[in-house]
Amino acid sequence: MEKSGAEIFVESLIRENVKVLFGIPGGVVLPIFDKLYDAPIKFVLTRHEQGAAHMADGYARATGKAGVCVATSGPGAANLTTGLANAHMDSIPLVAFTGQVATHLIGNDAFQETDATGITRPITKHNFLVKEVKDFARIIREAFYIARTGRPGPVLVDIPVDIQRASCEFIWPEKVEIRSYKPVYQGHPKQIERAAEAIANSERPVFYVGGGVVAAGAYEELQRIAEKADIPVTTTLMAIGAFPTDHRLSIGMLGMHGTYQANHAMQNADLIIAVGARFDDRCTGKLAAFAPKTKNIIHIDVDPTSISKTVTANIPVVGDAKSILAELLKIIKPKKHTLWLTQIKEWEEKHPLDYPQDDKLYPQYVVEKICEITKGEAIVTTEVGQNQMWAAQFYKPKKPRHFLSSGGLGTMGYGFPAAIGAKIACPNEIVIDIAGDGSFQMNIQELATAVINKVNVIVAILNNSHLGMVSQWQRLFYKRRYSAVQLYTQPCKPFTCPVPDFVKVAEAYGAVGLRVFKKEEVLPALKKALKVKNKPVVIDFVVEPEANVFPMVPAGAALDEIITSLA
Amino acid sequence: MMRRTISVLVENKPGVLARISNLFSARGFNIDSLAVGETEDTTVSRMTIVVRGDERILEQVEKQLNKLIDVIKVSEYSQVEHLERDLALVKVKADKSNRSEILQIVDIFRAKIVDVSPNSVIIEITGDEDKIQALLNMLRPFGIKEMVRTGIVAMARGSK
Ligand SMILES: Cc1ncc(C[n+]2csc(CCOP(=O)(O)OP(=O)(O)O)c2C)c(N)n1
Repeated sequence: MEKSGAEIFVESLIRENVKVLFGIPGGVVLPIFDKLYDAPIKFVLTRHEQGAAHMADGYARATGKAGVCVATSGPGAANLTTGLANAHMDSIPLVAFTGQVATHLIGNDAFQETDATGITRPITKHNFLVKEVKDFARIIREAFYIARTGRPGPVLVDIPVDIQRASCEFIWPEKVEIRSYKPVYQGHPKQIERAAEAIANSERPVFYVGGGVVAAGAYEELQRIAEKADIPVTTTLMAIGAFPTDHRLSIGMLGMHGTYQANHAMQNADLIIAVGARFDDRCTGKLAAFAPKTKNIIHIDVDPTSISKTVTANIPVVGDAKSILAELLKIIKPKKHTLWLTQIKEWEEKHPLDYPQDDKLYPQYVVEKICEITKGEAIVTTEVGQNQMWAAQFYKPKKPRHFLSSGGLGTMGYGFPAAIGAKIACPNEIVIDIAGDGSFQMNIQELATAVINKVNVIVAILNNSHLGMVSQWQRLFYKRRYSAVQLYTQPCKPFTCPVPDFVKVAEAYGAVGLRVFKKEEVLPALKKALKVKNKPVVIDFVVEPEANVFPMVPAGAALDEIITSLA
Repeated sequence: MMRRTISVLVENKPGVLARISNLFSARGFNIDSLAVGETEDTTVSRMTIVVRGDERILEQVEKQLNKLIDVIKVSEYSQVEHLERDLALVKVKADKSNRSEILQIVDIFRAKIVDVSPNSVIIEITGDEDKIQALLNMLRPFGIKEMVRTGIVAMARGSK
């Protein structure tokens, strides 16, 4: 049957089982929007394309399915870029569709023309410009396939407006066959044997687990190996929740704001088993001094480029983490590492995660209460900065895909739209964005999207009136010369003349706004927020402005040069 | 620093060259030369890239190339018996007084003079890097006015 490009778009999305699209229309995507008018796909109109991309990303992280967003050409496509780069760094499956000027105008600086495939080439896993309508269905099929398989990532499809209008026979390819793209899934048995041997010979092993474990859904296999061979597990920011946070073998997050015990475990381990992690600089600290006592490094990853990029792994295993761990589980022998675990426990007791226990309202306290009241069962998204690190340290999710944070790119403004996307994906879950007052303002306009679509998310602003993380660095490393970090009108004191008044902003959008100054108001406010139905709630927690995130491995220092308080 | 010749089979599609050059610039890899052309299969192009770097970088270059969706196959020639050829056109100052001397040199290298004007000649030479460098060394004293090169192309010896 003949279909127009716009009809092919809708039909293909239905075949890909897409339920929700996020985005904003414009001139060169009108044919598609006309077909979306009565299509069985929910369209969430956002207020900014960045918001749309992050919503699709939050949707993807919460479900494991590909998130989908749509934008017009030129400014629409350009506005998507932060969201694409963010998904790219964190390997999140996303498919973005952009309209493009008509084929015959491409290259002529036509109105709202940007080279969308050109600008997104370095920030997508792959992208396509559709040049003929007969290729469109196949390209959509390939885009979803590429986004989901191997090391997942964002894929952009740029569709000239004349292609949307042109028609051809609709043929949905039964299967995808890309001769130049064949992700490896099975790990090499010899390498898996070597890994088992290294585990058998290790006295101080540690699992270093990253987002790849989440992408592969390898939680169970991981837990069973850890238990069978008695191996402690540290996770990256991306993998929080991939291993039960309350498990006796969980030693918390590693890296710049990781736990004392995790960082010391890395530095003293004789074996590191990296799974779906990429040894990035926030995790390794100073490379030359990283993990000096390791005899073996096993690196399991689906992406060969991750292996030996920064840290050389002598036992690389390329392939899908789930199947490799399953194979490994079969051949490893039960072991006990009592001494090693006791040592790690001692480190933990020496410097547990803590903060001052006085009457002031500390941001960490707010996060602890969020964890307590939701029993770690809520999906938490974060913004970027101190709020993100406190959330990572004090929110202990019970399950994977319940801690969604911008890891690789560190995108302020990610958390709120991601929360909206996650809530739309999982309407029965409680979804809370742990936010900073700076970051929230980067996509605050999406309050309109949440209100209109009756999306019941909670934004918990840890409001310190500052670009807190930057001010922490200035406090620690720049002699308290606070340069461009105050978010209030000076010479006012913080909180005396807040800009904006977040409660009023929330109310102006039709959301619920609450404000909390004192410790004892935290739980009641959270309870109240959790009772609200069908609309977003913004809680403005006015917290200690000079609270610091500790421990901290200063940039360029080794993991064991970790500082645990102000000198 | 090592120098390595890498052969990359890619889909013959628009944008593929940009992907490859993007990769090199974004990751700070150094390219000595790059030559592109169709292969016996018109849907496939071959890029021959000469890169410099230490072992880790060269390993990354190959892996990163392989990761690009449009790349069909990456091979490198360091362990393989192979031929390398580059073609250079060299415009050299020449007049009546030294033209025959230049001609002699050109003969020894089995190069060709492909253009003559009253005060210059254009020499065409094909060969591997060493041969071309050797000729250039000989020509330099006469004054090289201009040079263009195609970049190295390579092929494994034998039937493989
Ligand atoms: C889009 C973007 N711009 C700038 C930065 C640099 N940056 C990192 S943390 C931070 C401060 C964040 O402030 P806020 O959201 O208030 O969070 P806090 O650290 O106070 O919790 C800034 C500016 C960034 N990560 N992202």
